[in-house]
Parts: sequence; structure tokens; C-alpha cells
Amino acid sequence: MFESKSGILLLAGLGFFLLAFVSNAVVPILMFRDLPEQSVEELVDPTVNKNVMAELRDLQQRYPESFAQYVGEATEENCAELLERGRDIYVGEGCWHCHSQFVRPVSNESKRWGPVAEPIEYQNELQRPVMFGTRRVGPDLSREGGRRGSDWHVAHFWDPQLTSPGSIMPAYKWFLDEPESGPPTPNAKGLAIVLYVQWLGSWLEFPISPYYENVEGVLGKAAAR
Amino acid sequence: MTEALPAAAPNEARLLVNRPIVLAYFVAALTFFAVSMIGGLLMALQLVGWNPHDGIELLSPGRWRMIHTNAIAYGFIANVFLGALHWAIPRLTMHRVASVQLSWFIYGAWQIVVLATAGGILFGQAQGLEWGETPVWIDPLAQAGLLLVAINFSVPIIKMKGPLYVTLWYFLAAFVWTFLTYAMGNFVPEYLVSGASGGAIAGLFIHDLVGLFVTPLGWGLMYYFVPIMLKRPIWSHGLSLVGFWGLAFFYPLNGIHHFLYAPIPMFLQYGAIIATIAVEFVVTTVIINFFGTIWGSSSILKRHLPLRWFYVGMVFYFITCAQCALQVTQTFQKLIHFTDWVVGHAHLVMFGVFGFWLFGIMTYLFPRLLGREWASRKLLEWHFWLSAGGMFVMFIDLTLAGILQGWSWSMLSPWLESIRISQPFWIVRLFMGLAIIAGFVCFLVNLKMTWSAARGDARQGEPKPVPA
Ligand code: HEC
Repeated sequence: MFESKSGILLLAGLGFFLLAFVSNAVVPILMFRDLPEQSVEELVDPTVNKNVMAELRDLQQRYPESFAQYVGEATEENCAELLERGRDIYVGEGCWHCHSQFVRPVSNESKRWGPVAEPIEYQNELQRPVMFGTRRVGPDLSREGGRRGSDWHVAHFWDPQLTSPGSIMPAYKWFLDEPESGPPTPNAKGLAIVLYVQWLGSWLEFPISPYYENVEGVLGKAAAR
Repeated sequence: MTEALPAAAPNEARLLVNRPIVLAYFVAALTFFAVSMIGGLLMALQLVGWNPHDGIELLSPGRWRMIHTNAIAYGFIANVFLGALHWAIPRLTMHRVASVQLSWFIYGAWQIVVLATAGGILFGQAQGLEWGETPVWIDPLAQAGLLLVAINFSVPIIKMKGPLYVTLWYFLAAFVWTFLTYAMGNFVPEYLVSGASGGAIAGLFIHDLVGLFVTPLGWGLMYYFVPIMLKRPIWSHGLSLVGFWGLAFFYPLNGIHHFLYAPIPMFLQYGAIIATIAVEFVVTTVIINFFGTIWGSSSILKRHLPLRWFYVGMVFYFITCAQCALQVTQTFQKLIHFTDWVVGHAHLVMFGVFGFWLFGIMTYLFPRLLGREWASRKLLEWHFWLSAGGMFVMFIDLTLAGILQGWSWSMLSPWLESIRISQPFWIVRLFMGLAIIAGFVCFLVNLKMTWSAARGDARQGEPKPVPA
């Protein structure tokens, strides 16, 4: 059996693969069967999470012309669409190769970012495929929503050095339009990605950690240079 | 150089190999290697802040980062494998592949898949899973291609009578696994399962792609080439059995270790950790087997370049595996997860091990395919030493960077502090990457010279020595 074609094809090839699939994939699927996947429409529903629509209206107030041009009205429908678009940009630009989306229960992470990640937070359409991430060049973003104003994000995408001197995050100039006069304003992509970033963690209420930044850390003054 | 080429001998096996297709696969592989290096270089430049492409959409570092890994896996590694399989399988089984027309069709389809993926990523249509970035509309073609690959190569293996040689165990199993793994990763987490269970499947996918596609084909080829080059059998058949079956059983159970401390049920994480440590023991038996095989004649490594690529690759393999048994534990995970430690590990596996084996195979086969010895031994040596030196220093460098980043984060210093302390390491890494690229350029120049010389031979109508 161990050197025969059928043994290799059926036991090693199919059998062991299926064993692993059942034990490592089907088991968690069954465990989470009582947490059905939420649709994007449900996610933006103000009775579930009032923050997303609030962020959308905030964008409308800050950038009325771009908003009217690229989004139209601040309806729930448009909000869902824009949020989904934001996720697609996050995926397409490979943001998830530099940013993670889960806070671990170790390494002081909940001090820096907020509550440790729970499975239910990921049971929704925007986490298909799940955006856990595997590398942090930049910080975790799963608790980013509401931490900064949308204008901060817009300036940051235009040129990260403006808001974060010494940053090595790439500039995403194509998220903004450059008018003949006045500062650049977010275009369809810009509005979408800012809304997405503001959505992350907006379903939780938690105090923003003082450890996040602008503290001198344990290294003292030298570190804050 | 790669050993004097044996004079043309009446050898039935060699007539079964379709040389043009092997060559075509290798050329495609080298092309995509170059593309991948451009991607890696852009990202390395981004990290040290010498970004020459700031604000240009089509040069978005995030996109090129995906092209970097995708082109290596599907463009370089898969293409060399397919070429080498076209060489090894007919010689081992004494049967041709099912159909040469089919081979050429697969060749074309595969290049379309890789190019379309790169194009899709470049225009922002990637899917959000590492190595599963292949845009939606090309996934079915890739899946069909893998099925045809399995059929084309399985036919000669199935036709064979009697027990199979170790290499063919690995190959047969790999055809099944690759097909299943690709289907699992490119459809399930995207369309069917979200959240933590989707994450578990994503972990299975990225892990199985290394463990059930690259690793078995890689070891299968080692079991084929090493005894031929050393002209002696593999040391222990028993260890070969342990290695294969241990890999088949434990490797697929490892996937979740990519997301330790994620909101995936803890007992599944523990399972993955234990299975991972088990794999490292299994792998060690395989390495012992290969070192047992070369025992007593290791001085051949001084002059035999392909064997040197193989065995240095195996040493790196041992290092990665020993490292893996440590880094999979929670003690290490706390510190090194999300850091450059993991990036160093990944480079050591993909380039230091499999890249080395594949360059070794190409170093061995190009003269046999072109009917001409390598034009320059010196350039071959440069290729080897630049790659080995660059890789090893990059590995040490990123490992150290990872530890420091982990400490910086856990002591809650401002985020940009972790960027600042990484700079010296990222600069070293950039230069090591450039060394690897320089080695690759040596190889290309050498190939170009060898190829023109072979053409010259053909024009003068000299009888070509056709090696067996
Ligand atoms: C090369 C890696 C890299 C890529 C790619 C990247 N980032 Fe960043 N990002 C960073 C770094 C480093 C920081 C921290 C410094 C800073 O604030 O710019 C950061 C910071 C951020 C912040 C601010 C976090 C905070 O509150 O301090 C946000 C939001 C963000 N990135 C979003 C994104 C999005 C969205 C994308 C994709 C369009 C992206 N990043 C792509 C590296 C990256």
C-alpha cells in the first residue's frame, strides 16, 4: 500500500487532504454556524452600527462637491456600495500586506489598539476573504475607525509624510483629485477607502488608547524624536 | 563544469524527452523570475524611503508586492517544475507524457494565467488572499490547466508496472494535492466562507501551496537527480518511506499556524502547532537520508555545481525547519509574528531552498538541452556565491530585524520608532536583494553566451555531442 499507486493517490493524495480539510476547516465552519454572515447592508444599518452612516455624512459635509459627484446622496444604499468599494481597494492595493486586522491577546496589543479580536467581528461579507493579514509594516487597522478624522486620512493618503513624518507608507495620490485651485479632494476611490478605514472597529465602543502614539514610550524622549 | 558531458550514447530514455518544451518552460521561468525581482526591488526601495515611484498608480508598491510573490510561485517555480517534470517523468517511467500537443497547450495556457494574474494585480483587481490573488476571471482557466497537468503526467506513471520509485510517489500525490489546494484556496474563502473559518481555510491554502505543491515536487526532483549525479542509490529506503508518509500526513494539518492568536478556536491552533513540530521531525529524516547518500564523497560539491546548489539548499532547508519548530510555538509567536522574522523565513524557504534546487536543475539541464557546455564556469560560480551569500545575509538580517521590531511593538513605543530602528536592516536587505539579482544576471549572461555558441555549432554543422 505504501508504495502502490492506489495507496498514494487515495490515501496520501485524497485521504489525508480531506482529513485536514475536515478537521481544520469544516470544524470551525460548524462551530460558527450560529453566527451567520452579515451582509454589507446589515453592517451599515444605523440601528446596528450608527457610526458608519455618521462617517458617511461627515464625508459629505467635508467634501460636498466630490461627494455629490461620486456618491450622490448619503443613503444607506450608497453607503453599502461605497464601503464595499473601499474593501476592494484595500484588497487591490495590497494594504493587507502592510497592515493586519486583528488584535492579539499578547504583546500589549490591546493596550495599544483596543479590545482583542472576537470571531463574531469577522462574520460578515466584507471579511470574505478575511483580511487578517500576516505582516505589520504599518499598525493594525482593526480598531482604526473614529481614531482620526477623515481629513487626516485624506491628507495621509495624499502624502503620508504630511501627517506622519518618517512614514514609509506609499503615497496614494490617485485617491484624490487635484483641482486647479485649492487643496486636493478625495475622488471616488478616496471616499471609498476613507469610509472603509473609518468602518474598521466602528462597531465597538472603546476608549482610544493613550499608548497609541505621541507618547514618549518607555524609551523616553529619544524615542519620540 | 557540471561534469564532463558523457558522449552520445544510444539511450532510449533520452528519445522520450521532448527537449523544446523543457527549454520553453525554463525560458518562461527565467522571464518571470526577472519580473518578480522587479517587484521585490520596488518594495525594498519603498521600505528604505528611496521610492522612485511615489504616487504612480501602476507602480503602487502594494500591487508589486503581490506580483513579487505571485510571479515567483506560479511564474518561476511552477514553470521550472513543469519543465523538469517533462525531463524526469519520461526518463523514469520509460513512457512519453500523454500528449505533446497537450503539453504545448498547457504551456500556453499557463503563461496566459501567470500574465493575466500579473496584469490583473497591476490594474488593482487582485483577490485578497496571498497566492490566491489570481483575479476571478482567470481562476477557472488555472484550475483546468492544473487538471490537464495532472492527466498529462499521470498517464505515463499509471502505465508503469510494478512498485514506484520514491520520486513518483511525490509526483503523483502532488498532482492530486495541487489541484485540490488551488480549488480550495481560490474559491472557498472568496465566495463561500467568511471570517475566522475562512481564515482557517486561507491558512490551509497558503501552507498547502508550499507543503503540498512546491515541497513534494521539489523533493521528488531531488530523489531523482541526486542519485543520478552521485551515481549511487539513496541511502535508506526506509527513511524515504517515513519522509513521504510523514509529510503526507502531517503537512496538511499545519495551515492554521499562519494565524496563531487570531480569533480562530484555540484548540485548532494548538493542533496546528503540534502538527508543525511533527513535520519538522519528519523533514529531518529526509535530510539525514540525503546526507547519508553523499556521505564520504562530499568533496564532489567543490566542482559539481548542481549538487552544490542542491545540498546548500538542503542545509537551508534544515535551518528553516529548525527555525519553524521554534517559531511556531507561542513563546516565539508573541514576539515575532507580523515582523520581518517571518519575511526572512519565507525568503529562505522559497529562494534559499526551492529557488536553489531549481537553479541547480537548470544549471544541470541547460547544457544537456542545448548540447553545449556552459560558456563560463566563472559566471556559474558568481551566480552561486552571490545567491548564497545574499540569501544567507538577508536571512540573518531579517531575523534580527524581526526580533527588534517585536520588542519595539510590545514595549509600546510609537509606531514610527519601529520603522526607524528597521532602517539599517532594510538597507542591508536591499543590497542583499541586489546581490541576488546580480547573480541572476550572471546566469542570464552565461546562458546567452552558451546559447549563441550552441547556435554557432549548429550552423557549422558540427556533430553535436548529445548528452544522455
Ligand atoms: C509599505 C507598507 C504600507 C502599505 C502598502 C500601506 N501602509 Fe498604511 N501605514 C504604513 C505605515 C508604516 C504606517 C505608520 C506611519 C503612518 O502613519 O504613515 C501606516 C499608517 C496607516 C494608517 C494610519 C494608522 C494610524 O491611525 O496611525 C492608515 C489608516 C493606513 N496606513 C491605511 C492604509 C491603507 C488603506 C493602505 C492601502 C491603500 C495602506 N495603508 C498601505 C505602511 C503601509
